[in-house]
Amino acid sequence: MAHLIEAMAGTIDAHVELLTGLDQAIGDGDHGLNMKRGFAAIHEAAEELAALAPPEALLKAGLILVSKVGGASGPLYGSLFMAMGKSGAGRTLDRATVVNMLADGVAAIKKRGKSEAGEKTMLEVLVPVLAALSDGVANDVRLAPLLDQVRQAARGGLEASRPLLATKGRASFLGDRSIGHLDPGAQSSYLLVDAVCNVFEEGATQ
Amino acid sequence: MNNNVAIVIVSHSIDVAKGTADMVRQMVGDEVRVAWCGGNPDGGLGTSMPDIKRCIETVYGPRGVAVLVDLGGAETNSEMAIEMLPGQWQQNVVICNAPIVEGAVMAATEAAGGSDLAKVRATAEELSP
Repeated sequence: MAHLIEAMAGTIDAHVELLTGLDQAIGDGDHGLNMKRGFAAIHEAAEELAALAPPEALLKAGLILVSKVGGASGPLYGSLFMAMGKSGAGRTLDRATVVNMLADGVAAIKKRGKSEAGEKTMLEVLVPVLAALSDGVANDVRLAPLLDQVRQAARGGLEASRPLLATKGRASFLGDRSIGHLDPGAQSSYLLVDAVCNVFEEGATQ
Repeated sequence: MNNNVAIVIVSHSIDVAKGTADMVRQMVGDEVRVAWCGGNPDGGLGTSMPDIKRCIETVYGPRGVAVLVDLGGAETNSEMAIEMLPGQWQQNVVICNAPIVEGAVMAATEAAGGSDLAKVRATAEELSP
């Protein structure tokens, strides 16, 4: 858990300018700093979070994001983490449970954002990631190729956000001018998924 | 203390929130409880779920609370704040789909006349196309 927190906070911190730049293009330009504020707060609480069972840690991390981020991404990422935590509470964290947790998390984002994939949001990444994970687990794919599948889905989803017309959030005010830009939320979701994959990969090779 | 529907104003900008509250106050004086907040937890543009929750708790009464918001994140954070309230309060707090300044003034004026929450909300939302 400590490694996951480190990796997620680290990638957000390292890419603040990227996220800010993307958000300046089609949003209000605060996504980088908002995410940094949220994940820095999680990082500060890392010791406390690492002492908890993973579902409880997710729940708590979600609450931190909701409280600290200050933009729509707070409740959205917060709902993702909190729903994953609720979903996994009291369960054995096997592969099937992890799939269910992510499924419940993605459903929570859809509900909170009143959104579906195709509207140029973080869901462009998270929906294909969920599909790839679910598919890989159903087919008993080994960890290394499973992580590759998930990463590819995240990368593909991020790129697929570029040509989309934004119909949700601040970017929707731009109408056609939102076309041709990567979505900042899809970018931050990609970064987080990639960081999580890296941690599991390192864990597998150690 | 009065028994009218209360108003909460949530803007990305603390200045917009305060200015809107000033305009409401000018219309309704102390007949309606009004709370406002704006800015992210660092004081920049944005909204803060804990601040919104605190505002609602400050003015909450049995007749309910109408929340006026500006842009996306203000609404999402307000929805989250409402869900963090005690269960029996939640149905008594509504977000009005209305422009923040006009909506707040109209909602407060309606509330000052003793209307219920549904009527206050409907009056604010008449402003939306």
